[in-house]
Amino acid sequence: MEFINEFGGILIKGTMETLYMTFASVLISYLFGLPMGVLLVVTEDNHIMPSKTINRILGTIVNITRSVPFIILLIAVVPFTRMVVGTAIGSKAAVVPLVIGATPFVARMVESSLKELDKGIIEAAASMGCSNMEIIYKVMIPESMPSLTLGSSITTITLIGYSAMAGVIGAGGLGDLAIRYGYYRYESELMLVTIVILVVIVQAIQFAGNHVSKKINRLY
Amino acid sequence: MIKIENVTKIYSNKKGDFLALDGVSLEVEKGDIYGVIGLSGAGKSTLVRCINLLERPTMGKVFIDGEEITAMKKSELRKVRQSLGMIFQDFNLLMQRNVIDNIRFPLEIAGVGKVEAKKRALELLNLVGLEDKSHSYPAQLSGGQKQRVAIARALANNPKVLLCDEATSALDPVTTLSILNLLKSINQSMGVTIVIITHEMKVVETICNKVAVIESANIVKNGLTKDIIGHFKEV
Ligand SMILES: Nc1ncnc2c1ncn2[C@@H]1O[C@H](COP(=O)(O)OP(=O)(O)OP(=O)(O)O)[C@@H](O)[C@H]1O
Ligand SMILES: [Mg+2]
Repeated sequence: MEFINEFGGILIKGTMETLYMTFASVLISYLFGLPMGVLLVVTEDNHIMPSKTINRILGTIVNITRSVPFIILLIAVVPFTRMVVGTAIGSKAAVVPLVIGATPFVARMVESSLKELDKGIIEAAASMGCSNMEIIYKVMIPESMPSLTLGSSITTITLIGYSAMAGVIGAGGLGDLAIRYGYYRYESELMLVTIVILVVIVQAIQFAGNHVSKKINRLY
Repeated sequence: MIKIENVTKIYSNKKGDFLALDGVSLEVEKGDIYGVIGLSGAGKSTLVRCINLLERPTMGKVFIDGEEITAMKKSELRKVRQSLGMIFQDFNLLMQRNVIDNIRFPLEIAGVGKVEAKKRALELLNLVGLEDKSHSYPAQLSGGQKQRVAIARALANNPKVLLCDEATSALDPVTTLSILNLLKSINQSMGVTIVIITHEMKVVETICNKVAVIESANIVKNGLTKDIIGHFKEV
């Protein structure tokens, strides 16, 4: 009871901040990552818009960004974050490094989902007179929806982890609580509750992702 | 209807060049059910895919109704493709769309209105005998039923030509016969010209009025089925 009185407020606030950072960055990173993933696939040899140049450039950008550990990226992009948001502190500011870190991840997730698709289906669509855009919007993406959904839940879970790391640079959220109270003040009880909340959120997202993916999939 | 003129196809990749068609010419007339038969790797699929330019000939020309499609812009080619239906060995249906929506798909692409598309799709379902499956998904159908859906889909925009690449190779003999009969009735009642790729002489004998024999990138013999078959029997 005493615990709730003391920490209830900040736990709720921390949870809200974590959810805000996570979902905002998921949405924005899909905005960039989805087209990148699509491009990575369609510009391959023997696909609908083969282009070695675009494929290589994009692949390289993705690989470079992915090979920078997130904790370093977090600090490295501070000047850029200031430019975009006006400050580098707080949940809103944390969305910037989160999006930069997650976009290449999303691109690869989308790429692998779209690559599962049978090439024959794309060919059939082309034989019916589909344009490349129609093939992407009406065939590749809808046909890959169950797999894309699963990918989005994995992305979301990864971003929860990233958002906790962003706590290090004062992003707020549950990671921030764990560092400030758990690490500096040895409030092990609060630390434990923080972990429980994170586990529950992750489980819920995983469950929802699996459930929706299965529900919309007509393959089985 | 279809004229293939001196078509050569060379596949190039890292390992080198591969000559899949070596200056092939062929003419398919309106109303024909034209069989193309040959062993695996002979170039049959390549040939049929050159008819709707899923594969671009390295050299040579392809004409549909007198128009050279090898010289067309992409947008023109897409229009022409809507008049060339195609079916495949493994059906290639949209697995996340139900039967009726699969048949509606090419209509949607061609810009046909919703109401009309639905009406047309129902007609086609009737034609292929799957009225009761309109809301099933492809994964719930047998191979023969899937190929019927594929045929309905290929016919949606009233094509002049139906290209079939090993359309019955994944099916058992009885189902094969029922699909061949369906193709024949489509040819007779709708006047659709059909090109059938196969490696089974039985398929040619059953429905083709003409046949071309293809052997390592060349057409070695073509003409009326009865003449060619006679020739084969002699050999
Ligand atoms: N994309 C490609 N790249 C390289 N070689 C190819 C390609 N597609 C086909 N080939 C080669 O061209 C030849 C002809 O292929 P094609 O698919 O036309 O044969 P097919 O007569 O249809 O054979 P099957 O009966 O096995 O389907 C084959 O030797 C094949 O290996
Ligand atoms: Mg073949």
